[in-house]
Amino acid sequence: MNTATNSPARNTKVMNRFDITSRLVAKLKHGEAVIGGIGNTNFDLWAAGHRPQNFYMLGSMGLGFPIALGVALAQPQRRVFGLEGDGSLLMQMGCLATIATLKPKNLTMIVMDNGVYQITGAQPTPAAAVADIVAIAAASGLSNSVWAADEEDFERLVDQSLSATGPTLIGVRIDDKPGVGATRRDPVQIRERFMLGLGVREAL
Amino acid sequence: MTAAEAQTALQPSQEKSWHEMALQALKRNDIRLVPYVPDRILTTLIRNIHADPFFTTFPTAREEEAVGIVAGAWMAGMRGAVLMQTSGFATLANVLASLAVPYQIPLIMFVTERGTLGEFNYGQALVCSTMRPVLDSLAMEHHTCTRLDEFEFILDRSIKQAITTQAPVALILSPLLTGGKVFDK
Repeated sequence: MNTATNSPARNTKVMNRFDITSRLVAKLKHGEAVIGGIGNTNFDLWAAGHRPQNFYMLGSMGLGFPIALGVALAQPQRRVFGLEGDGSLLMQMGCLATIATLKPKNLTMIVMDNGVYQITGAQPTPAAAVADIVAIAAASGLSNSVWAADEEDFERLVDQSLSATGPTLIGVRIDDKPGVGATRRDPVQIRERFMLGLGVREAL
Repeated sequence: MTAAEAQTALQPSQEKSWHEMALQALKRNDIRLVPYVPDRILTTLIRNIHADPFFTTFPTAREEEAVGIVAGAWMAGMRGAVLMQTSGFATLANVLASLAVPYQIPLIMFVTERGTLGEFNYGQALVCSTMRPVLDSLAMEHHTCTRLDEFEFILDRSIKQAITTQAPVALILSPLLTGGKVFDK
């Protein structure tokens, strides 16, 4: 968890994952795709209200942004949001440079950073006390990377990303609360519903 | 038609190189997205895919990143394939078991085989020995491609099977097909 003793000085508010996710989902009116990373990130996406354009990861930690990139490349007219935890992103930081190179302007990445592996017992990540994920993203070539100062700022940054000329990464400092829902663990249904939601499939 | 073009046009198909066959099979099967982590053996194929505007192709930092990308793209209606070498495949057990197989995603992988038939690095040989047990433990379709005269058949049939059965496939490109990599110092 983010405390004064274990992380550098920040002027960003510590927010809540479910609240932030709900604020994002409330904004989605145009069939935007949302990829929810492993664990609490997709549990809160599920709890914020299931939509057929949501994809929930039940494994493959760290691949939230790569999967979102694939969707964004395949459907450049559709806005794609990737939601990841800080621990997940630490596992796959190379993807930030890949995304920066490809520059998909329809991709918005949101990193929920609580500095801990909440779901395994809230152990701190190796980065918690020393690394700045938004700075890492910027140094990876994602120049449009920024910390959300508070909830209002988060909403403003999401709106701004919709008309950005390149990909956006928004860091959100969150508390150490667990997710409030639990995604149904049915990968085939999740994938099929998502494909229906993206207009790739007809219902059986 | 120039003399060179006439010569190319008259070449029977079995004289095409493996990498020409692979590129054309990707096009025939509408596989447009090709992320990769390179291998020396893949150099010409990668260069030719980059040169062809049909493809969207780029390097990724890790093989599982590429798997995530093609999984997302397939769900959104675009077919892809991942190029890698044996040691890259060895990093994939988690993503195969938790994404490609249970979500029924037709992940198409081209794996150039290091570690056998003249390997000079014992570590590569050991890594190679883990590949087929991992594929078999997940009941994944895989073929070891050794002959030019079988290659197009294996490519087309395997790609079609992966897509229609929504199951991953690994196409292992043996040194018998590609010439492999040898220690020449």
